[in-house]
Amino acid sequence: MSVLVYTESEQGTFKKTALEVASYAKAVANQLGTTVTALAINVSDATSLGNYGVDKVLNVSNTQLESFNASGYAEAIKQAAEKEAAQVIVVSSSADSKYLAPLLAVGLNAGYASNVIEAPTSTSPFTVKRTAFTNKAFEMSQINTDVKIIGVSNNSFGLVENSSNASAEDFSPSISDSGVTVESVDKATDKVTIADAEIVVSAGRGLKGPENWGMVEELADVLGAATACSKPVSDLGWRPHSEHVGQTGKPVASNLYIAIGISGAIQHLAGINASKVKVVINTDAEAPFFKAADYGIVGDAFEVVPKLIEKLKAFKAQQ
Amino acid sequence: MKILVCISHVPDTTSKINFSEGDTKFDTNGVQFVINPNDEFGLTRAMWFKEKQGANVTVVNVGTADTEPTLRKALAIGADAAIRVNTVASDGFSVAKQLANVVKDGAYDLVIAGRESIDYNGGMVPGMIAGLTSANFVNNCIGLEVDGTSAKAVREIDGGKETVSTSFPLVIGGQKGLVEESDLRIPNMRGIMMARKKPLTVVEPIDASAETTSVKFEKPAPKGAVKLVSTDNLDELVDLLHNEAKVI
Repeated sequence: MSVLVYTESEQGTFKKTALEVASYAKAVANQLGTTVTALAINVSDATSLGNYGVDKVLNVSNTQLESFNASGYAEAIKQAAEKEAAQVIVVSSSADSKYLAPLLAVGLNAGYASNVIEAPTSTSPFTVKRTAFTNKAFEMSQINTDVKIIGVSNNSFGLVENSSNASAEDFSPSISDSGVTVESVDKATDKVTIADAEIVVSAGRGLKGPENWGMVEELADVLGAATACSKPVSDLGWRPHSEHVGQTGKPVASNLYIAIGISGAIQHLAGINASKVKVVINTDAEAPFFKAADYGIVGDAFEVVPKLIEKLKAFKAQQ
Repeated sequence: MKILVCISHVPDTTSKINFSEGDTKFDTNGVQFVINPNDEFGLTRAMWFKEKQGANVTVVNVGTADTEPTLRKALAIGADAAIRVNTVASDGFSVAKQLANVVKDGAYDLVIAGRESIDYNGGMVPGMIAGLTSANFVNNCIGLEVDGTSAKAVREIDGGKETVSTSFPLVIGGQKGLVEESDLRIPNMRGIMMARKKPLTVVEPIDASAETTSVKFEKPAPKGAVKLVSTDNLDELVDLLHNEAKVI
């Protein structure tokens, strides 16, 4: 009996979410009085997990798992869970984890709760708090199966340091051929992704045209933020679809969300409401976004944003 | 090509979300229900396969008789037939088991479901159907082409997209991008008239226990008023973000 956590990596290095789900797994293990085992797939150095409460790392090195494939990764996690007799399995809310978790749930006949935002409120019955109704409500969900899968919402639990002596063990699951073959990947490697970002800078039609995005990108650069956009902007082709955030676009759960020239339609707010702090910059004081925001500036983005960039540069220089 | 499109019956985006019976039930009073947006993108792509490649399209919903208007709307958009599994949709896993049973019975080549419903946001039904029917699975699908029994799909990943090749039987977790918003169809009068004559079969559920149970709902705490900062005092904003919100 232990808590198994799937610690995601990219090109041999853990993603930030890996450390967050490890922190979460430690909290669950404390509640259950058990240990944490992490599964690391093709990771060169897994020692950092020892800072987040992991007791044992199962290292998988397998060429079949070199690029992500949901069924193969789900098989690896399933076999690790069986080997460890894991009662609870913790995964993140990345696109890849949300892809594999339902397959894993079927494989283990485990109840699965996604978008979980806190440590379990009770372990008997096993109850977790998750977001529902596209961030308009929270649901207390009771998982009834012996084995439970928890998908932790990004940026919800945070990193909690817990020093431990993580032992390492090689693990060789048997993986069947995937029926889905990756032909090509088109990914900007030099940019912070919306899923990983702590800060997201987003802009809407108020920017008047794609040629005006320079200042948005510069503001994002200064803050180390990801850039995003509203639905009309992606529908107009000003920005790529991958930047569209909102109900039918990508969900955002950043620490800080800065909305520039976005009025705040309900579909947009639904997608970004999980962000902790929201700043809105808009010329229209009546824009609905001001009701959802923490901080607001009523003003012209073309004046405010360049000034804000200068102020933030000066602030960063002092840090 | 036999396509099954899974249709979730969800409250319209603009609905006020309230709960009843001591915050244990979603209050459907005054709520307008629609086809789940992620499912509607998939249904519209299925219409394309019907028109261009002669596919036969069935829509399915797990729910009580209340969901039939939503299925009729899908028929009015152009689906050939509808199936309703006559049970309350309680949790994602049990819904997936009901749907997997329909998939096996009908021997569908391609199953399209939305990546998640906009009510419970579980995001598990398409993957679970794939797992339960041993089909190939592509989630977050933003592009799909079919040639015979093979398919090329585009999947949205964090920070970009990837193109994959796969084959039938196939389950897709669809979203915007499968078709564009402007491709979505509003049923016309002829479609609505025809939908009345199309078969809507009610099937009884299989025995499938709920693996998770909603025990209570909460609404987010009401938001405090926005703090306005003047355009000529942006230092204050920087200071608030640093010292008060502690996010920079």
